[in-house]
Amino acid sequence: MKLLYFAWLRDRVGKAEETVNPPESVKTVAHLTTWLAQQSDGHAAAFDDPIGVHCAVNQEFARADAAVGPDDEIAFFPPVTGGWGG
Amino acid sequence: MIKVQSEDFETGAELAALSSDRPEVGAVASFIGLVRDVAGPGELSAMTLEHYPGMTEKQLQQLEAEALSRWPLDRVLIIHRYGRLLPGEQIVLCAATSAHRQAAFEACVFLMDWLKTKAPFWKLEEVDGKNNWVAARQGDDDAAARWQTKQSDVTETE
Repeated sequence: MKLLYFAWLRDRVGKAEETVNPPESVKTVAHLTTWLAQQSDGHAAAFDDPIGVHCAVNQEFARADAAVGPDDEIAFFPPVTGGWGG
Repeated sequence: MIKVQSEDFETGAELAALSSDRPEVGAVASFIGLVRDVAGPGELSAMTLEHYPGMTEKQLQQLEAEALSRWPLDRVLIIHRYGRLLPGEQIVLCAATSAHRQAAFEACVFLMDWLKTKAPFWKLEEVDGKNNWVAARQGDDDAAARWQTKQSDVTETE
């Protein structure tokens, strides 16, 4: 499973992407964030408060109960912010 | 048409290209977003726009298709820049062309509201020598939600 991190999530995890092989019990985005939070101090800092973390599975926005599998590209990021003042 | 690029764009040329081969187009509405020099209480010296290559293009293409399905438009253009930008620089250009002005105006507002909540961009502001990731604003979600209400109204009457 390929993971991508953006903005402050990347800063905290300490890398922009990684490939992981979580146990079979990890079947949803919520399972994955719980499992990831245990992988390193950086991951814990990124995923301790999953409320502020948004997700995309295969480049579509996904909720916490969305299914994840070994062939998926999963991205974690803060809420998106348009780049202009208006 | 969708363009995600680091380089600046020439608004006049981009808008002219939208309608120069389309004599049936009577209205071109556009919006340009710029980098402001204010960031809360501090003065912004630069901002870096980060995005999710691949997903950005996909989301913007969906947005374009949605606008074309909702209004009688001829063309939609979204140009969004990424990378480090200085105050005063252009960030985004949205345009819609149509036979008449109302569809073009409305589509342009719709595109901007949805861009702010659907396109995977994040901005890092440089303020007083410090780098801060900008948090999303509730007002942006509210602006986008207006159009969701409208969509469900349409669905009910169809």
